[in-house]
Amino acid sequence: MGKENIRALFILTLCLGIFPLFIRSDYYLSIMIFIGINAITVMGLSLLMGYAGQISLGHAAFIGIGAYCSGVLTVKFGFSIFTAFLCGLFLSAIMAMAIAIPTLKLKGHYLAVATLGFGEIIYIIFNELLGITGGPSGLSGIPPIHFLGYSFKGGVRYFYLVWAVAILLLIFSLNIIHSRIGRALRAVHGSEIAAEAMGVNVSQFKIQVFVLSALYASVAGSLYAHFVTFISPPTFGLFVSILLLMMVVMGGGGSIWGALLGAGILTILPEYLRAFKDFDILVYGIILMAILLFMPEGILKGLTVLVKWIKRE
Amino acid sequence: MDKERIVTSPLLETSRLRKFFGGLMAVADLSFTVMPGQIKAIIGPNGAGKTTLFNIITGIFPPTGGTIRFKGKEINGKKPHRIAQKGISRTFQTVELFGNMTVLENVMVGRHIRSKMGLIQSGLRLPGVKREERSILETAREKLDLVGLIQKANEPASGLPLGERKILEVARALATDPELILLDEPAAGLNETEMLRIAEIIRKIRKSGMTVLLVEHHMDLVMDISDEIVVLNYGQKIAEGPPEEVKKDQKVIDAYLGVEIEYA
Amino acid sequence: MSLFSQILQFLFTGLTIGSIYSMVGLGFNIIYNATTVLNLAQGEFVMFGGLIMVFLTAVLKLPLWVGFPLAVIAVTGIGALFERFAIHPLRNASLLTLIITTIAASILFRGIAMFIWGKDPYSLPPFTPGAPVMIGGAVIMLQTFWVLGTAVAIVILMALFFGKTIVGKAMSACSFNPMAASLMGIHVRKMVLFSFALSAALGAVAGIVITPISLMDYDRGPMLAVKGFCAAVLGGLGVGYGAVLGGFIVGILESLTAGLIHSGFKDAVALVILLFILCFKPSGIFGSEEVSKIKKF
Repeated sequence: MGKENIRALFILTLCLGIFPLFIRSDYYLSIMIFIGINAITVMGLSLLMGYAGQISLGHAAFIGIGAYCSGVLTVKFGFSIFTAFLCGLFLSAIMAMAIAIPTLKLKGHYLAVATLGFGEIIYIIFNELLGITGGPSGLSGIPPIHFLGYSFKGGVRYFYLVWAVAILLLIFSLNIIHSRIGRALRAVHGSEIAAEAMGVNVSQFKIQVFVLSALYASVAGSLYAHFVTFISPPTFGLFVSILLLMMVVMGGGGSIWGALLGAGILTILPEYLRAFKDFDILVYGIILMAILLFMPEGILKGLTVLVKWIKRE
Repeated sequence: MDKERIVTSPLLETSRLRKFFGGLMAVADLSFTVMPGQIKAIIGPNGAGKTTLFNIITGIFPPTGGTIRFKGKEINGKKPHRIAQKGISRTFQTVELFGNMTVLENVMVGRHIRSKMGLIQSGLRLPGVKREERSILETAREKLDLVGLIQKANEPASGLPLGERKILEVARALATDPELILLDEPAAGLNETEMLRIAEIIRKIRKSGMTVLLVEHHMDLVMDISDEIVVLNYGQKIAEGPPEEVKKDQKVIDAYLGVEIEYA
Repeated sequence: MSLFSQILQFLFTGLTIGSIYSMVGLGFNIIYNATTVLNLAQGEFVMFGGLIMVFLTAVLKLPLWVGFPLAVIAVTGIGALFERFAIHPLRNASLLTLIITTIAASILFRGIAMFIWGKDPYSLPPFTPGAPVMIGGAVIMLQTFWVLGTAVAIVILMALFFGKTIVGKAMSACSFNPMAASLMGIHVRKMVLFSFALSAALGAVAGIVITPISLMDYDRGPMLAVKGFCAAVLGGLGVGYGAVLGGFIVGILESLTAGLIHSGFKDAVALVILLFILCFKPSGIFGSEEVSKIKKF
């Protein structure tokens, strides 16, 4: 996957590995856990949008499917955590195909809107299936994860769990990007007609990458559910879908590292803004606009340009 | 042209091919063959149906009627990626490069059908993947070398001048190891030097045993390298044969508005 | 109330809210035609229209006929500033970035609104005071007629504007072919600015007329934008009058669903319609098959 990527991976793993040795506060650990969870979703979304050139404005729905499957099946039906997790993956895959297949011919705005519509409908289903999901009041009592005799109840253990999963998925993603599959996806992005002429089954790839990105989101959702132990529909609505989109695009459109950076920044940002109380949405909007205006190609590109500029001075 | 040839069956054969777009007949009752190892050119005034023909052969849309046989088997109505798998590759009149990738990566995509590592295998970087990647890389570099673009391998494809973009498209098509390569106006927009380069590449292609079917407007090039020419007008074939014959055919001369076809 | 009356009631409610969706959809189309950008902050123009009007009438005690144009002008100004400071600098960025910029702007606008007006909903007195009328057993508020009348007036005005005036025709020309338009002496930049200003004005009008019926708060924008957008796509993205029809269809179906089936599904209606259309005819009712823009008002 290239020396640079391996180096970056190594540094990332190292930093994450030692992080809990220095920061022991539950608050900061949980922020890092949320970043990790978002990072997982955003990696899948980056493969879909950055590399394959598709778009999804309803991705939070898949996080929700993962979360609610994990939650509902363990709480209400006594499934094991792992089985419930697998069910989440399965259902997400099915729903992803359900939206991907009819929208194969749509591009740009139309595809965006179709995914938006899909996401909203899933959100409404979460809200209305009171008997199963608990509706607007949410679902509580989701059990923490037991694994190999360990109980991952939060704090340091969950931090390592989430980031272990994230790093593994990152390696998986980077492998894909630097393979014939990755090139095929980018070819679909570059020119569908040429990709098809070179033997790439464009339709199949579009569906596959959509399903794959949905699976990433489902994993994130399950991890989320077992961490917070209480879930409710707004967490999986349009606002979050758009936030995820912004993480990918503003972080650095075509790059998975950019998406990770975006996940980090846009997860931390709302936390910092809490201090502003009534100003919070206002400052948030200002910061977002500033990022877009000064770094239109994404924060990652913007920062690299900045670093180069500083080096020159 | 080689007169001593073992009788072989055609590589590509269209039979009474028809294509209607609404009320417009783009291709009408078109039958012709392409023999293995040939360089066959399709010429005709603008709007004669040439690119439509290519699009039908490569599966972008199905014919309204008639059949196309490749190596004896029908391919009409099949999807483009399937046809590519069968051994037909092409370039585009409006160059369709992958602008988001480098020159080398563009050609590597051409190896897609000649490789097989799937999503899971690639993601897990299973043993075969590294080997396959190396093979893809080598073959791609080989093709770039063949067309003379190897020194620009790691440049973004979008940065190349037009002539080299067209050449890159050829390299990419070659990477699929096709038996038949369709070149859609390879010389359009090129200057003298670039055209010579393209002609040279086309000759190299034929020498390696590949069959070439090309659509072209540049008569010099067509007359120079083709074994046979098919002349279309309003979607119909009005002549087919070696260049010297076609040049003198009255119907062809009339179709081009009485301008005598000259070549240097 | 008989079933007939109920349905009539729902129809009127649907037409009323549909008028708003229509005007939001119109605004979408105008900007889309000029720039191919989807302005997801469209709903905020509606919100500002309503809230600024509240400020002018309730705080500054201005009469209705003074406040109305002032509020519209104020929101038009917001739209113009938005174009100048956020859209124009990013004109060469990717389309996705531009759409995200409109999303960020929507957040910013909401932040400003929340800062000034807080989270509470506000109301306006109806334009003409008086008791609701009975039509066929349905109870219709007087303001409803104002909303419907305004919608009709807007549609006529827009048709005249784009069809008959030089500026309007220039805008249409820009949408078909900016290069050619520019060569003809049409100042494309100004047209883009104008499209945002005009859309903002439309949004403001919608906001002002609907507030007496359904109140207005800082957060109303996004839902309106989504539904207005569904209306635009239903009618045919880029086809002006399509959004009008689309808006009414969405409004009526929404109202009927809420009334006859279950109100919780109300918000899903617009989206289901949307998905339906995208499955079968993405170009919408009036759009042409070439998804690559044939844009007319």
